[in-house]
Amino acid sequence: MRPFRLPLILGLILLIGGLSVASLVIGPAPIAPLRALTALVSDQGSTTVVVRDIRLPRTLLALMIGWIFGLTGAGLQGLLRNPLADTAVFGAPQAAAFGAVLVIYSGFVGALSWMLPFAAILGALASVALVVAVAGRRATVVVLVLSGLAVGSLAGAGTSLAISLSPNPFAVTEIVFWILGSFEDRSIVHVWLATPFILAASGLVLSSSNGLRALALGEETARSLGANVVRLRLLLVAGAAVGTGASVAVAGSIGFVGLVAPHLIRPFVGYDPARTLVPSGLAGAALLLAADCAVRLIPSQTEVKIGVLTAILGVPFFLWVIARRKAELAEMPA
Amino acid sequence: MTELKARGLSVDLGGRHALSGVDLTLRPGRLSVIVGPNGAGKTTLLRALAGLLRPDAGQVTLGGQPVARITSAERARSIAYLPQGGSIAWPLPVSDVVALGRLPHGEKPDSLSAPGQAAVNAAIHAVGLEGFGNRAATELSGGERARVLLARALATQAPVLLADEPVAALDPRHQLIVLDVLRGQARADRTVAVIMHDLTLAARFADEIILLNRGRIAATGRPETVLTEGELAAHFGIQAHVSHDAGGLVVVADRPLPEPGQNAG
Repeated sequence: MRPFRLPLILGLILLIGGLSVASLVIGPAPIAPLRALTALVSDQGSTTVVVRDIRLPRTLLALMIGWIFGLTGAGLQGLLRNPLADTAVFGAPQAAAFGAVLVIYSGFVGALSWMLPFAAILGALASVALVVAVAGRRATVVVLVLSGLAVGSLAGAGTSLAISLSPNPFAVTEIVFWILGSFEDRSIVHVWLATPFILAASGLVLSSSNGLRALALGEETARSLGANVVRLRLLLVAGAAVGTGASVAVAGSIGFVGLVAPHLIRPFVGYDPARTLVPSGLAGAALLLAADCAVRLIPSQTEVKIGVLTAILGVPFFLWVIARRKAELAEMPA
Repeated sequence: MTELKARGLSVDLGGRHALSGVDLTLRPGRLSVIVGPNGAGKTTLLRALAGLLRPDAGQVTLGGQPVARITSAERARSIAYLPQGGSIAWPLPVSDVVALGRLPHGEKPDSLSAPGQAAVNAAIHAVGLEGFGNRAATELSGGERARVLLARALATQAPVLLADEPVAALDPRHQLIVLDVLRGQARADRTVAVIMHDLTLAARFADEIILLNRGRIAATGRPETVLTEGELAAHFGIQAHVSHDAGGLVVVADRPLPEPGQNAG
C-alpha cells in the first residue's frame, strides 16, 4: 500500500489546485479561469474586487477548514482506535457554536472579534473534557457516542435558549444561518482570525504521529514503546478543540468532513494512523472545496448552506461505516 | 550484564496492597516464570518491573540504574514488554506491526535502517511467520496474532523481555512454539520473565519459578523445589498431584481445597 502515498498526496494537491481555481470562477457572476487568476494578481477593476474580496476568502477558508477537519478526524480516529471518531462524536462543533453564540449575543463583542475563536475553542474544549470525564478513559464506543450525543444536545439546547431569549429577530436569523455553516459573505478578516489557530492545531496534531503509531497496539504497549500517552492525548484533544473552535467561529457548524476524509484515503495509504494524517487533511480540503463549489452550483433561490450539504452526504456515509463494521464495533473499547 | 532487580517493591492499587516488599532478581540467560493465583499481583509486578507503574515504595533497577530515572526512550530500548491479550486496532500488515518494535530506536515502519530491517526479519523468522509480512494482522488466527505481537517485542532487541501470559489463549502447539521462542531468547543471554497459569508448561520451560501470592514472593527457585504439593496447597488452594516424567514435572490439579476458615464438609 505504501507506494500509493506520494502519488496520492501529489494527486490531492493537484485536485485542490483545480478546485481552488474552480472556487474562484464559480458564482453568480461567472468569470473565466484565466481572467480570475489574472484578477487575483493584478488590478482588473470589478473582477478583482469579486475575486479577491468575495471569492478568495471563501476559497481559503474552505481549504483551511477542510484541512483541519480531515487532519483532526484522522488524529482522533487514531487516538480512540476507532474509525467512527470525529470531533462531532465529542459534541465539539455544537459546543463551539454555543461558546461563540454566547459571546456574540452577550453583546460584548462583534462577529469579527478575536474573542470569538477563543470562546468557540473554550466551548469545544469543555465538550471534549465533559465527554471524556463522563465516558471514562476506557469507554466503549457506545458509551462514547452516547456521551457525545448528550453533550452535543446540551450545547444545542444552550444555543436554542440563546436564540429564544434574543430580543432581536435579525439576530435570530443571523445565528440560525451561521449555525447551519457557510462560507458565504466571509472576508479576509475571517481568514486572518482562523489562520493562527488552524496552524497551531495542525502543529499539535502532526506532532502526535509517532505516538499514534504506537497506540495502534494499545495504551500499555504504546507506553512500553516509549510513547507518552497522556501527552499524546492532550496534544490531540487540544488540537481538535482549537481547530474545531476556530473553524466554527468563522464558518459555523460544518460536520462529517473529519469522519469521511480518513476513510477515503485509507484504501491508498493503508491504516497506519501516522500515514493517514496528511493525506486525510488534504482530502478534507478537497472535499470542502468541492462542497463549497457544489452549493454555488445547486439551483436554488438562496445558496444551500454547506453545513447542510456535508450533513446530507456525511450522515449516510456514517451509517454505511456502522453497517459495514458493526460486528467489530460491538464491544470495541474506544 | 543486564540484571533487572526489584528491592522492597510495594504498590498500592485502589486501597489494596497489590505488592508488598517484593525483592527479586532477574538474571540474563534465564527464563523466569512468574506463577500465582488470580489477584496475586503478577501483572502489577511485571508492569512495575517494566517501569510502567510507579511503585509506592522500593525501586526497580536495570543494570544497577533505577528504572524510574532513565528516559522513557532508553527504558523502551532496554525492556520489551508484551501485555496480556494485546490488541491490534487497525488491519496493519504484519511487517508494519513487527516494525513498531523499532520505534524506541527512532525508526518508523516506512523508514527502517538496515539493522532495523534485519531485526524485523529476524523477529518474524523467530516466530515462524515468514511469508505473512503483507497479510493484515487483524485477519490472522489468535495463535498467529499472538506470534505477531511477540515478534513485535523481539524486534526491539531489548536485553530484557517481559511477557504477561503470552500463551494464555493459545492451543498446545502454539504454546510450545511461543515458549520455545522465549527460551531461545533466554539462551541468547537475554533476561526473560513471563507470567503463566499452566504449571506443567511453566515447570518444563522455566529455569526459575517465582511463586507470588497476596503481593508477596512466596517461593523462588527451580521448578521442582517450588511446585510442590505443599506449596500448591498453601498458595493456590488446591490439592494437586505432582509427578515426574521424561519431560519434567507434571502438575495435575485434583480438587480445590476449602478456603481457610471454611468447613471442609
